[in-house]
Amino acid sequence: MTDFYSIDDLLSEENRLIRQTVAEFTAKEIKPIIESFAQKAEFPQHLIRRFGDLGLLGITMPVEYGGTQADYISYGLVCQEIERGDSGMRSTLSVQHSLVMWPILHFGTSEQKNKFLPGLASGDLLGCFGLTEPDHGSNPAGMTTHFIEKEDYYVLNGAKTWISNAPLADLAVVWARNPNGRIQGLIVERGMEGFTTPEIKGKWSLRASATGELIFADVRIPKENLLPEGLGLSAPLKCLDQARYGIAWGAIGAAIDCYETAVQYASERIQFGKPIAGFQLTQKKLAEMLTEITKAQLVAWRLGVLMNEKRATTAQISLAKRNNVAMALQVARESRQILGGMGITGEFPIMRHLMNLESVVTYEGTHDIHLLILGAEITGIQAFK
Amino acid sequence: MKILVCISNVPDTTAKISFTDNDTKFNKTGVQFIIGPYDDYALARAVELKEQHGGTVTVLNVGESESDPQLRKALAIGADDAIRVNTEPTDSYFVAAQIAHIASQNSYDLILMGRESIDFNSGVVHGLVGEMLGIASYSPVMKLDITGNEAKFAREIDGGKEHLSAALPLVLGCQEPIAEWKIPNMRGIMTARTKSLAVVEPVSVDDSTVLEKYALPAPKGSCRMIPAEEAEQLIALLKTEAKVL
Repeated sequence: MTDFYSIDDLLSEENRLIRQTVAEFTAKEIKPIIESFAQKAEFPQHLIRRFGDLGLLGITMPVEYGGTQADYISYGLVCQEIERGDSGMRSTLSVQHSLVMWPILHFGTSEQKNKFLPGLASGDLLGCFGLTEPDHGSNPAGMTTHFIEKEDYYVLNGAKTWISNAPLADLAVVWARNPNGRIQGLIVERGMEGFTTPEIKGKWSLRASATGELIFADVRIPKENLLPEGLGLSAPLKCLDQARYGIAWGAIGAAIDCYETAVQYASERIQFGKPIAGFQLTQKKLAEMLTEITKAQLVAWRLGVLMNEKRATTAQISLAKRNNVAMALQVARESRQILGGMGITGEFPIMRHLMNLESVVTYEGTHDIHLLILGAEITGIQAFK
Repeated sequence: MKILVCISNVPDTTAKISFTDNDTKFNKTGVQFIIGPYDDYALARAVELKEQHGGTVTVLNVGESESDPQLRKALAIGADDAIRVNTEPTDSYFVAAQIAHIASQNSYDLILMGRESIDFNSGVVHGLVGEMLGIASYSPVMKLDITGNEAKFAREIDGGKEHLSAALPLVLGCQEPIAEWKIPNMRGIMTARTKSLAVVEPVSVDDSTVLEKYALPAPKGSCRMIPAEEAEQLIALLKTEAKVL
C-alpha cells in the first residue's frame, strides 16, 4: 500500500485495523466484480447489505442507532479503501452516511432517528439526498421545490436531479422551501403517492452506481416526516461538509489504485529492450504521482484530526476536496498514458477510475465552486455572482 | 465450551524476505505481519463453534509486542480475550512448552491452531502440545463438529480423507476448508479494545536448538526452450545438467 511518508504511524490501532479490513473487503468483494457491473451499467445492490454487515454505513453514527461510533479518520479510511475499488461504491456509502443518516441524526426527532437510522446502518434501507434541481446546481439557494401545510400533512411539489442512489432508494432526505420560504428537510418515503424516481441512463461515469431524479407531484408528507431542526440553506450545506470530507479521502483511494497499477505495468512492459519504468519520462510521471498522492494523504489526515476535534471549517474541507479530486484525476490520466492502449480497456481499472472521477470533480461542489469558496475565505468577498 | 486458539504472527505471504547480521536475523523492515493463514482458519472455526454452542474463545500468541495488532484483530473477529506470552518464539519446542503451560492452568476443551505456521513451517507444535499435556492431537483437520463431549472431524490423508471421532479435550492443527476466513466488522474492531489482552512472562525452557544461519533459495535460472522434435536432447539435459532424471 502506497504510504511514502509512513502516515500509518499517525493512525490509531483501530484506524489501522479498519483500513486493513476494508482493504481486504474491497479486494475480495468489490474488485473482482466491479468492472463487469460498470460495463453493464448495473448497480451491485447486494453490496449495500455487505457494507451494513461490516458496519461501514454508520461508521461515525452512535452505537444506539446501529452505528459503529468510530472517529473521522476511520470514516476517511473507509472511503479511501472502498474507492480503491470504485468511486461509485464510495458514493453510495458516503450518501448513506453523510447525506441521509447525518441529517436525520442532527436535524431529526428521536422518533425519526429510531425509525430510520438502524435500518440505514444495517443496509436494510437505502437512502438518497435531494438538493440539486434541474435549474439550480451550484446555486441551491435558488431552489423552487416547496411544500405547503394542510391539516395534518404537507404537500410537496418540485423536482431534484443528479441524485445518487435515487432509483433504488427506500427514502429520500429532500430539501425544499417551507411555507415561510425557508429551506427545510423532509423525509420522503418510497410508495408515497406522487413520488417517482426515474433513472438517468447513458452515463459514461459512475456506471456501477444508480443515479436518478426525484419527482414530487402533490406528494402528501406526514407531518412527522419533517426534520424540525436545521432551518435554512446552512443545514444541507453542513451535510455536504460531511460528504466532501469523505470524498477528499476517497479520491486518494482511486489515485493509489491507478498509481500502483501504473508502477506494476511500467515495470513489466518492455520497449526498446527494457521496462518502460526505466525511461526518464515514465519516472517523471511516477515520481510526480507519488508526490501528489503523499501531499493529499497529509492534507486528508490533518483534516481528519480537525474533524475529530470539531474544528474543521467549510473552507478547509473545500481545499481538501478540490485538491485531492483534481490530484486523483491527474494521476488517473497520467497512469492511463503509461498503460498506453491497455489503459483504455477493462482489463485494468484506470479508465473506469478516470471516468468516475470526472463526476467526482463536479459533484458535491464543482472544482470551480470550491475555488470560489476559498477565494471568499481569503478575501472576505464573495465572487459567486 | 472453552476453546484456546493459538495464533502465530507471520510475514504477509507477499513479503520480500531478507536477512541481516550475517544471515542470522530476519529483516523485519517494511514487512507487513499477519495472523498465520492456517491459524486464521482455526480462529474462524472456533468463533463459529462458540456461536453454535456458547462458551469462550481465548486467543494466545507466543511473541513480542509486535504481535498485538494480530491479537486485537482476533478479538475483533470474535475471540473473548487474549493472552500474549511475552518472548521471542525461538523454536517449536519452546513455543509448544509456553502453550502447554498456559493450557495447563486452564481446562480448555479444545486447543486449535493452524496445521503449521507459514514462517518456519515446522508443523509440529500441535503434536508437541498434545504430548506435553497428555491429550490426543490430530492434524491436518479440515472439518470439525462438536456434539456434547465428542468431536467429529475429518483429516486429510494421502489420496483421501479420514473421518474420526474422539472425546474432548483435543489439540487440533487446522487447515482449509474447516471454515472461511472471517473479516472483522467495524463494531468488532471498536469493541476489541475493551477486551482483555493479558501479557504474561514465559516459563523457562532449555534451548533445544540453536540457530546458526538462514539461507535464501538460489535465484531462478533463465528458461531454455527445447523444440518438441528435439526431445532426446531435453532428456539428456535433464539427466546431465539438471540431474533430475
